[in-house]
Amino acid sequence: MGGVHPPENKFAEKASIEVLPPPKTVFIPLSQHLGVPAVPVVEKGDEVKTGQLIAKGEAFISANIHASVSGKVVKIDLVTDSSGYRKKAIVIQVEGDEWADGIDLDIPLVKECQLGREQIVQKINENGIVGLGGATFPSHVKMMVPTGKKAEYLIINGVECEPCLTADHRLMLEKGEEILAGISIQMKALEVDKAIVGIEANKPDAVEHLKNLAGPYPGISVEALEVKYPQGAEKQLIKSLLGREVPSGKLPIEVGCVVHNVGTSFAVYEAVQKNKPLIERVVTVTGSSLKKPVNLWVRIGTPVIDLIEAAGGLPEDTGKVINGGPMMGKALNDLNVPVTKGTSGILVLTDEQAHRPPEQHCIRCGRCVTVCPMGLEPYLLAILSDKKRLEECEQERLMDCMECGSCLYICPSGRPLLDQMRVGKTRLGKLIRERSG
Amino acid sequence: MGKLTVSGSPHFHTEESVSKIMYGVIFSLIPAMLVSFYFFGLAAIVVTLTAVVSCMAFEYLIQKYLIRGPLTIFDGSAIITGVLLAFNVPANLPLGILVIGSAVAIGMGKMTFGGLGKNPFNPALVGRVFLMISFPVQMTTYPRPTAFSTQLTDAVTGPTPLTVIKDGLSRGEKFADLLAQLPDYSNLLLGNIGGSVGEVSAIALLLGGLYMLIRKIISWHIPMAYLGSAAVFSGIFWLISPETYPDPVFHLLTGGLMLGALYMATDYSTSPMAPRGMIVFGVGCGLLTMIIRLFGAYPEGVAFSILIMNAFVPLINKGFKPKRFGEEIKNG
Repeated sequence: MGGVHPPENKFAEKASIEVLPPPKTVFIPLSQHLGVPAVPVVEKGDEVKTGQLIAKGEAFISANIHASVSGKVVKIDLVTDSSGYRKKAIVIQVEGDEWADGIDLDIPLVKECQLGREQIVQKINENGIVGLGGATFPSHVKMMVPTGKKAEYLIINGVECEPCLTADHRLMLEKGEEILAGISIQMKALEVDKAIVGIEANKPDAVEHLKNLAGPYPGISVEALEVKYPQGAEKQLIKSLLGREVPSGKLPIEVGCVVHNVGTSFAVYEAVQKNKPLIERVVTVTGSSLKKPVNLWVRIGTPVIDLIEAAGGLPEDTGKVINGGPMMGKALNDLNVPVTKGTSGILVLTDEQAHRPPEQHCIRCGRCVTVCPMGLEPYLLAILSDKKRLEECEQERLMDCMECGSCLYICPSGRPLLDQMRVGKTRLGKLIRERSG
Repeated sequence: MGKLTVSGSPHFHTEESVSKIMYGVIFSLIPAMLVSFYFFGLAAIVVTLTAVVSCMAFEYLIQKYLIRGPLTIFDGSAIITGVLLAFNVPANLPLGILVIGSAVAIGMGKMTFGGLGKNPFNPALVGRVFLMISFPVQMTTYPRPTAFSTQLTDAVTGPTPLTVIKDGLSRGEKFADLLAQLPDYSNLLLGNIGGSVGEVSAIALLLGGLYMLIRKIISWHIPMAYLGSAAVFSGIFWLISPETYPDPVFHLLTGGLMLGALYMATDYSTSPMAPRGMIVFGVGCGLLTMIIRLFGAYPEGVAFSILIMNAFVPLINKGFKPKRFGEEIKNG
């Protein structure tokens, strides 16, 4: 149902992942995940090692944060992050690259996992793993199936339907074995015997590679999916793979599914088998104007500008820099903001690409209705949001909107449909919270 | 490097725009235009040009002196209204009448409500129906099709196939006998029949419709529902009594049904927003057209049925919502 076909522009799909050396200074925000910010356990002046715990996720929905470099904590202060707001962060001046004890840095694959369910979840929790697809939901919470519910399938999201991004694609090609080992560990923790990896058909090499590797792993299958945005949205992915629809306002577990990103499976492998915390990730740095679009292993906290330098420097005609992909990414107003656990890509757009087409009257073509993957009526929701008719917004299921941007992408009149709906969602969300006390 | 632009996602936008869509529709009308120029000659060209120019002129005047808003006469929508109005009148219609029709179409049909996207009724049909009521004689005097005709006002006029059938049946003649007096179905398909400028050639209109489908300017829902329901409804009566009711193929090929189903009923502003609503709308148009044709006073019912269904669009939009994701739990 619905969906759009934006130009794929996967400029960096052939570029092997390169390691970006640690920068001089890293800025590690305490809130890189959905939920409550972590609480610092180091102080200004402390010496830290790479992989050392520096902030603890104490609330139920929170995540640990580790030093991504070795060096000295110079301050714990407010720093502008990718949201554009100033948030608390630990700033570390880099000295060498000395790793904390207990982290296995050997390359060879460790396939067998002797740990039990509880211990696996604990490892994931300790090592600060969060969803790497973009939502950054703490992974250990997802591994705990609520009482009364039963997980039947583990769904692994390798769709990467965002145009331009290639991080997951490269990871699947280069770390396929590790991903599959990670999936087996996740299956064990969830006590499911079936896992499906969903990959968009525009990555035939990744589909084939994982299919070939998956043989010895019982219960893991790999499926190629139609190329259509937002194929990788959690609910749409489950629908495509299993034909099940997650009910409005509910989580995938309602239909017996738990969904994780391929990058998360890799991070789980490293956390459980190598005891390595989430301190680095793959980031695609791309754009039609960049000299050398790349995929990089980046330490968390590295300033975005360093990544752009590694891709050949910021072009003269740059008009917009996006944290994430072109459909759901956030435009940055400052290039010194740090890479966080949720940064999947940095997209550089030229001045010409940076602007929206001029806004015209709605011609009632109905395209926004046709493409909405949630079966909503964006034209109507935009008007109702604008007029603050919030009860009607609720009836028309405004809260089902996942902000995929298909409506605004397809609108021939360039109407700010999603902008208006976002404002409406914020207002309606507040109203609903107030109502429930 | 200047300052960075910050705006909400998405940061990509489709290449499609309002004027590209409108000019796509105009492009798709070219086959039908060529056929009408072939059969009705210079007169058809003059009528089409007059309607287009006067529709654009009225839109300009209203925007410039009454609304005092931005000028949009080149977005292509006024051109479409002009072409479709011309397609809905006889090729020998006096041009003064056509200008009046254009004024009504653009003024009353479109600009009164605020312009493109705001009008509840199809402007070209508003113009056509106004002319049918005000100038019934001129609006039903159709020139006979003549290949490469150069006459401006055709001396030879004749009835449309639907009028022949309607009059004949009311005199008690049999459908088969009446059909024998008419051009055969291949001529109906090509457009070698009496009728309005652009409605005669089913095949040229289908070609244009196909282009619009491929370019995704329209979806299949309204045309299929319209043509399908018209065929089924007329087919039932034909099966019951083939002597007194024309067969469905005859209905589909005559009286502007193709033009209506592909171009008039699919008008964005005046048709439903969601696919389910579009089907309801199309079926409504099909049934009303056939009721008017079979039991009404007029030989043809496309214009009236679409305008009537236009009035129901707000209700259809309320009543037939798209299927929401996760509406019902489906496991399997």
